[in-house]
Amino acid sequence: MNARRFDALIIGGGGAGLRAALQLARSDYKVAVVSKVFPTRSHTVSAQGGITAALGNVDDDRWEWHMYDTVKGGDWLGDQDAIEFMCREAASAVYELEHMGLPFSRLDNGKIYQRPFGGQSKNFGGAQATRTCAAADRTGHALLHTLYQQNIACRTQFFDEYFALDVLRDAEGYCLGVTAMSIETGEPLLIEARATLLATGGAGRVFGNSSNAMINTGDGLGMVLRAGLPLQDMEFWQFHPTGIAGVGCLITEGVRGEGGCLLNKHGERFMERYAPHAKDLAGRDVVARAIALEIAEGRGCGPRGDYVDLKLDHLGEKRIAEKLPGIRDLSIRFAGVDPVEKPIPVAPTAHYMMGGIPTNLHGQVVAPARFGPEEPVPGLYAVGECACVSVHGANRLGGNSLLDLIVFGRAAGGHMLEYLRDNPYPRPLPEHAAEASQARLARWDRPGSERAAAITDDLRRMMQTHAGVFRTDAVLREGLDKLTQLDDRLAHAGLQDTSRVFNTARIEALELENLIGVARATLVSAIHRTESRGAHTREDFPARDDEHWLRHTLYSREGDQMDAKPVRLKPLTVESIRPKERVY
Amino acid sequence: MKFRIYRYHPESGERPHMQDVGLDIDPAGKMLLDALLAIKAEDETLSLRRSCREGVCGSDAVNVNGKNRLACITPLTELKEPIEVRPLPGLPVIRDLIVDMEPFYKQYRSIKPWLINDEPEPEVERLQSPEDRARLDGAYECILCACCTTACPSYWWNPDTFVGPAGLLQAYRFIADSRDEATAARLDNLEDPYRLYRCRGIMSCVDACPKGLNPTEAIGRIKSLLVKRRV
Repeated sequence: MNARRFDALIIGGGGAGLRAALQLARSDYKVAVVSKVFPTRSHTVSAQGGITAALGNVDDDRWEWHMYDTVKGGDWLGDQDAIEFMCREAASAVYELEHMGLPFSRLDNGKIYQRPFGGQSKNFGGAQATRTCAAADRTGHALLHTLYQQNIACRTQFFDEYFALDVLRDAEGYCLGVTAMSIETGEPLLIEARATLLATGGAGRVFGNSSNAMINTGDGLGMVLRAGLPLQDMEFWQFHPTGIAGVGCLITEGVRGEGGCLLNKHGERFMERYAPHAKDLAGRDVVARAIALEIAEGRGCGPRGDYVDLKLDHLGEKRIAEKLPGIRDLSIRFAGVDPVEKPIPVAPTAHYMMGGIPTNLHGQVVAPARFGPEEPVPGLYAVGECACVSVHGANRLGGNSLLDLIVFGRAAGGHMLEYLRDNPYPRPLPEHAAEASQARLARWDRPGSERAAAITDDLRRMMQTHAGVFRTDAVLREGLDKLTQLDDRLAHAGLQDTSRVFNTARIEALELENLIGVARATLVSAIHRTESRGAHTREDFPARDDEHWLRHTLYSREGDQMDAKPVRLKPLTVESIRPKERVY
Repeated sequence: MKFRIYRYHPESGERPHMQDVGLDIDPAGKMLLDALLAIKAEDETLSLRRSCREGVCGSDAVNVNGKNRLACITPLTELKEPIEVRPLPGLPVIRDLIVDMEPFYKQYRSIKPWLINDEPEPEVERLQSPEDRARLDGAYECILCACCTTACPSYWWNPDTFVGPAGLLQAYRFIADSRDEATAARLDNLEDPYRLYRCRGIMSCVDACPKGLNPTEAIGRIKSLLVKRRV
């Protein structure tokens, strides 16, 4: 196998990977970024509404209020040290993006434009705050392109259209790099690095109806599971309230932030019943459950009653054209509706994975070890949606994901620099380090009776039915049985096309292996957590149970083992925000 | 529905050819990408790039019935049968509908697509008036799909020397940015019979852009800045 060697290696060319790469590229170390798509095609590009930071450009604001909202939004499952760090660093991280050239929308006084988003408050739960910094409704696009441009300026080395296969570790647990494959030639490649960062994004494509790009297949999570490391809080998946009905494409929360509202078939603004105070701008889990209930109880719109209306025509054409041009475009194309005239048909769509690879606030991957519940895995980092640091807890607030990428991307890049200084020499690669990856590749050269694509379809349908907005033990267990059958079918699957050059069927088969790992982690963790918290709603356990479940879950592949670790309720410098009932 | 799809597989030893494909699909509400993925579900040897499936990542640009478009936002109902799908013209084909985008990216990189401002950074944001910010509208939204550049005859003839509409639109995006200080150097970089002036203003790029952007207009503005600079 061909081999390359770098000081630092980043897997994933989205916002988190590129922000970390920039931190490293500005040093003298050799850095490479491996991405399975050209970086600006990463899913960060789809983020619409904005990035949250208490700049106070429109209204009074403080990072402490942002921190409170994030803790409450996450239903107290988030680690308060990491949340404090993120909210405190937010303003400087956003100013830094502006200095890099991000084309933020502007206020009349020339400052960065901010809009209200769900779950934002002033004074620790008081009136609505206005905290989300936006570049129209294309903030992710603007952010990703800006970071990519900065990386070109710094001459970061890119391996575009390379698919990462496995993390390599030695007997002492040090991460030594990864195996990958050139999608264009089909050639495997071993990339050695003293420090490796996983920034592989989410896995929303494990669900049938998802807002996510087709590339979001949890590749980093699969790599970590195969390396024998755990995943944290995998039962927590955010269903975004407003996906275009039947399609799944996202309609940003910014629509409601700008004044749009949700209506049922009677034209009733039903969120007033579910969240009398925050109404349409309650937490996403709250709004998604409300929509699902309206539909289930026969108050949905349309001939099949399977969606609700998102009304924004009262904002006027000028405001829509100025602040929500992308939304108007998406709505016309995918719903056949011009929102200037008519409401957009919307329903909840799988959107974001709160769980992921457990890390500390330097981005170091942590795992239970001899000396305690968590110790860093030397040389291995994770940032962004694939990681669980955990700032989003049981439910992420809108605008906090782009912030997570930037703040922890920067922090991880910085920590990797320190790690490289402290560990100046590459460690020897075990002799058969690449064998497992080679076996995985060879496995897809053998013919099989089953089509991988058919298994992927069935997997996504199963997860949609068995791990959706509302869950029960019976429904989840039935899903797990079906998953075991899918796993059996996977063993008999093969490719019709075993060619080398740009064989996307082979990539999809390798992605399926990762998705199956994500699905199993999700189902087992969801069965395990017998309470309702944030986005995890158990109909058979409808209440939050702090006594037993104010803790993180850890899933390991070996024997589907479940473990727990405490939630960090102690912030870095401020007072702890004690758990209380979460109402909007 | 009837499709004719360009097929090329370098390992097969066969020459590129058009393949007739019939597909049982209700076109209502479906996009071309839905059809191509349905065809791939039957025949996994068909290769194409795709990701966001909502017109923002720029992966799935193809030539459809003679026009460059993003498959994911091209409604099937708009297309005349047989629907002819080819890779983007003017770039080397790697396989089927996948082209080598590197020559396109190289031109993009050549215009130094990043904000240049060597002034000390303020503690907060640099101020920019809404009017100054509005100058970036129609330029910053480019998704680098290459629909425009590969629809440009000048680019087909001079891919190594002509920046092409996408790269020039991005050059304008930074020239127009009130925060950027390198306008003079950016104009120097483009003042060349090939890099900029191969544009003959035929507006194929405008017609091809799936995001409704207007590279020709941006190129016109660069040209007039160069004229102004001379007088």
